[in-house]
Amino acid sequence: MSTPQLEAKNVMLRFGGVTAIKDVSFAVEPGAIHAIIGPNGAGKTSLLNAISGVYRPQQGQIIFAGQDITRMKPYERTSRGLARTFQNIALFKNMTVLDNLLIGRHTHQHCGILKGGFYYGPGEREEVAHRMVVEDIIDFLEIQHIRKKIVGTLAYGLQKRVELARALALEPKLLLLDEPMAGMNAEEKEDMARFIIDTNEDRGTTVLMIEHDMGVVMDISIRVVVLNFGVKIADGTPQEVQRDPHVQKAYLGQEDAEVAGVAEA
Amino acid sequence: MATIRCGDFKTSYAKDMAIFDSAFARWCLALFLLALLTVPLYASSYWMDVTNRVGIAIIGAVGLNILTGFTGQISLGNAAFMAVGAYATAYLGAHLPGLPFVLTILLSGFLAAVVGMVFGVPSLRLKGLYLAMATLAAHFIIEFVATHWNDVTGGVAGVSVAPASFFKYSLDTDSKLFYLIFGLMFFLVFFAKNLFRTKVGKAFVAIRDQDISAEVMGVNLFKYKLMSFGISSFYVGVAGSLLAYQAKYISPENFPITLAIDYLAMIIIGGMGSILGSILGAIFITCLPELLRLGASSLSGTFPSLVGLFASLKLGVFGLAIVLFLVFEPDGMAERWRKIKTYWRLYPFSY
Repeated sequence: MSTPQLEAKNVMLRFGGVTAIKDVSFAVEPGAIHAIIGPNGAGKTSLLNAISGVYRPQQGQIIFAGQDITRMKPYERTSRGLARTFQNIALFKNMTVLDNLLIGRHTHQHCGILKGGFYYGPGEREEVAHRMVVEDIIDFLEIQHIRKKIVGTLAYGLQKRVELARALALEPKLLLLDEPMAGMNAEEKEDMARFIIDTNEDRGTTVLMIEHDMGVVMDISIRVVVLNFGVKIADGTPQEVQRDPHVQKAYLGQEDAEVAGVAEA
Repeated sequence: MATIRCGDFKTSYAKDMAIFDSAFARWCLALFLLALLTVPLYASSYWMDVTNRVGIAIIGAVGLNILTGFTGQISLGNAAFMAVGAYATAYLGAHLPGLPFVLTILLSGFLAAVVGMVFGVPSLRLKGLYLAMATLAAHFIIEFVATHWNDVTGGVAGVSVAPASFFKYSLDTDSKLFYLIFGLMFFLVFFAKNLFRTKVGKAFVAIRDQDISAEVMGVNLFKYKLMSFGISSFYVGVAGSLLAYQAKYISPENFPITLAIDYLAMIIIGGMGSILGSILGAIFITCLPELLRLGASSLSGTFPSLVGLFASLKLGVFGLAIVLFLVFEPDGMAERWRKIKTYWRLYPFSY
């Protein structure tokens, strides 16, 4: 196997006395779709936050494409090819869809204050060039009809899609998705799953997602990491994970003599 | 020729991203600007003074709006940053008399920008009311310096300002100053408008709407917040510099904390996060007292006591206007203007 796209080594994250993530290690291969699952409060989002730089782990390392990014600021990670979406949509609500996507081009743009303020010439050329990239993504995610709408006025499912579009505008190597399908109906979920698969296959983007919809997780991911109370309890293909007694216990709460070792600590 | 847009017929992204929808809008603006240039030909010296103050207020309000309306960093230090620009102009005028006024104004603006950035450092940690307190502290620190650093600022007594000059030519009257103020105003407003069509401006708005996700999208928060403080203070400093030229004599009394609040009122009434809003708000807040005075003096024949009441009346109407705007049009005059335009676009078939 080549260098993993992302590797977490013994990551430990504490908030005061609460340990959110305890000694979690896993690796994501380039070009794959990985999923993180686990019951509520298992530390999935905290782990994603540690990877994207919103939180800093107290111990352990996060290695992105062979480079240690544990101590980097979020914007430094972004310019290296890391993008994410948020569980509770964190779009720029008062901006249009287009402007939201153009913010995604931030790390690819180079005009400063003066070129921007004088606009005509380099400023305009740059804006037009990036507008073309953004329009490609708009076509890809089928949001042409809302490109000039203010994001705050859009329906929830569309906002989720715009957030994916904004992350794609970064042209990331690794895309982190925090519950891309939460609160969607069956049709919207199918659309979203299709977009995720297309992103992965057409654009070659590695995807790491948190998702509660097991049907989707088992269908589209090639590997699944299961967390429970901040500890990794399983890591394998969807089939392996489904058969894992620890996972069954975490989700269904079965009392089973064989897994007494992971009973309440 | 289509005067009002009835559909979308753009054929290139550059056209789609232009500031003005149609050639008609551009012509209207050009005609308006031409008309504006003729103002000194017939305006009385009193209205010339008011017009110049409007121009200065527009520059200052656009500056404050960049910081507070677009980047979401509330600031009560703008009167102080204005003072920095004004005192710099006075100092440069006295000590470097040969310096062309354009350079003086630029240097004053840059000095204000540097001071603004220094006081903007706490913005990385502080938000909202806490940042308002920190910038309020900036106001009092600068005010203290202005009243005590006698060699430069003339202390409480103040200092006189040499007129703006370029070699032998000097802008010593309000009508000559008018062209300088409105030239700069037009340029700076246009610059700001462009800024928000490109990378830096969009990053500012992103910080306002969602700072965590802005950082995850690759925006260096600290750098861009400081940049916003810098650009904003530059505008405010230029406004201060022009104010010094216009007032000819400045003292700490020209820059009270109520001036900072006036500017906040301009952008709130005009429209936070809107260039047009800053312009409308600046015109409204600067002209309101003049209109009230006009009204009061025209009624003084019938109600002589009204003139005596004027001072309190002015504050009352001022406060009332702000409250009414906050209640009925929280998005400001710019939003109201947009609604009027939308209404007329489809008139008389507004369904």
